[in-house]
Amino acid sequence: MASSYSAIALKTIWIKECTRFLRIWVQTLVPPAITMTLYFIIFGSIVGERIGDMSGRPYMEFIVPGLIMMSVITNSYSNVASSFFSAKFQRNIEEMLVAPVSTPVIIAGYVGGGLARALIVAVIVTLVSFAFVENVSINHAGILVLTVILTSTLFSLAGLINAVYAKTFDDISIVPTFVLTPLTYLGGVFFSVSLLPGIWETVARFNPILYMVNAFRYGFLGVSDVDVGVALGVIIVFNLAFFATAYTLLQRGVGIRS
Amino acid sequence: MKALSIKNLRKTYKGGFEALKGIDLEVAEGDFFALLGPNGAGKSTTIGIISSLVNKTSGEVSVFGYDLDTQLVELKRQIGLVPQEFNFNQFETVRQIVVNQAGYYGVPREVAHERAEHYLKQLGLWDKRDAAARMLSGGMKRRLMIARALLHEPRLLILDEPTAGVDIELRRSMWDYLIEINKQGITIILTTHYLEEAETLCRNIAIIDQGAIVENTSVKRLLTTLNRETFVLDMSRNDEQRIEPQLEGFTMRQTDDHTIEVDVEKSQGLNKVFEQLSAQDIKVISMRNKANRLEELFVDLVERGRANKPAAGA
Ligand SMILES: Nc1ncnc2c1ncn2[C@@H]1O[C@H](COP(=O)(O)OP(=O)(O)OP(=O)(O)O)[C@@H](O)[C@H]1O
Ligand SMILES: [Mg+2]
Repeated sequence: MASSYSAIALKTIWIKECTRFLRIWVQTLVPPAITMTLYFIIFGSIVGERIGDMSGRPYMEFIVPGLIMMSVITNSYSNVASSFFSAKFQRNIEEMLVAPVSTPVIIAGYVGGGLARALIVAVIVTLVSFAFVENVSINHAGILVLTVILTSTLFSLAGLINAVYAKTFDDISIVPTFVLTPLTYLGGVFFSVSLLPGIWETVARFNPILYMVNAFRYGFLGVSDVDVGVALGVIIVFNLAFFATAYTLLQRGVGIRS
Repeated sequence: MKALSIKNLRKTYKGGFEALKGIDLEVAEGDFFALLGPNGAGKSTTIGIISSLVNKTSGEVSVFGYDLDTQLVELKRQIGLVPQEFNFNQFETVRQIVVNQAGYYGVPREVAHERAEHYLKQLGLWDKRDAAARMLSGGMKRRLMIARALLHEPRLLILDEPTAGVDIELRRSMWDYLIEINKQGITIILTTHYLEEAETLCRNIAIIDQGAIVENTSVKRLLTTLNRETFVLDMSRNDEQRIEPQLEGFTMRQTDDHTIEVDVEKSQGLNKVFEQLSAQDIKVISMRNKANRLEELFVDLVERGRANKPAAGA
């Protein structure tokens, strides 16, 4: 009984989340397509020509997986962060709090929404990349899919945690600006970390996004700066830690119950 | 069985404000119960705790026997909440809002759609089913929150000032609706500032002030303990002049040329008023009880309660 109630509640939250980002598709689905097109034109076509190969691949091909990953990260994060914060702000989060919806179901519902948006965006960006790259090969589809799902889940959880702490709309753009963007740029989207001088290559390895980008690139191109098993392990550990954090915060009612 | 039982409930908000100072309250199944109190008395805090929106500091709460601490899921199923402030997503449609709420309670989607039609029709919102919530008028938004609270068919409906900002006509139709669903067996608890509302609707009443219950009884008994009533008298005399009656032993105010208000103590009775007016050749055309008897009582009780307590901070 209880589990079928939970399944209905989960489905409800998920549908509501998907309805939300589809309703405002101009704000949620179009921008990543535009941004990525610009990246492809500037870094791929114009600058890329002069760079030549990276990790034994034409530069354009090299950056495709990283750019898809970058969109997946930003979109899953901002979907959950803005949706959950606005539910707090408009107080419709109370609709869930008064009902017998368990914390894991709330988390799963929101993460499911972030995941759906991230996957749709990933497909859009991949389609855009077809216009610029002749043959996008997929070497390990399983790892590709696993990485994209785990990464979207992770950043959906991160967005949720951010929204729990956020008190104003500004608070949900601080982390993307000051943490996510730098880590993504330094996470090997545009270059192989093996190009970094000595100590910096070691420093770069503390950046979790590096593992996601490389695992994903491995799925596409079959090349990676790091061991793929280690990369997946790192992503899974982060997922568990973020889930535990989100669970504890919501269970205690931080930021949502006085 | 008690629909609601609260024992020694306390709430201290972060920052140290003590909003509830040990409240005891029982509401019988099937009751129509009013929780009255001035602004800031602790009504919404109490309701917030019962409905899991506010964490209690200490005390016990149970709803139809289900304990808040140990049987939360079952407890939540019993309750439908109509909060004081609008708390739906302004961009969702009326139908989405009620259907989703039912979903959170585990009502299957097809059933939720059927019930949505039923309740939205009853509350006069069916025409607006596909309108975004922000397009509704204030009164419609209130009714939307009532529909939303009923979709999972709770046994206890709690309404926090449901008729705030609702015009008289709509208020009366909401009252009729609440009376109707109460007859069908739903226990109702309501907070209000409109004392007429409590007097018209409710059987039992608790008055709360500064986080403590100062009175808890039946509305009828409460009204009989009222030992002073105010009557409004319309008078006439043959000469059409301003009538200025003298009433010995009564407090009286003249409100216009032909109208007075007289405060009558229970012990005095009305005969003496009429005797004196007749003696002055004044005819009483009509007499009515001044509304808001409860209002006076309420002010009385709250003041009495405060007088018995040392001043805050002292
Ligand atoms: N989140 C909060 N943090 C701190 N104090 C609060 C909080 N919510 C309410 N209070 C305080 O608790 C007291 C009781 O508030 P509550 O909302 O329960 O009153 P109320 O009886 O519902 O009043 P009203 O009739 O105005 O709605 C008030 O003094 C209020 O300022
Ligand atoms: Mg209130």
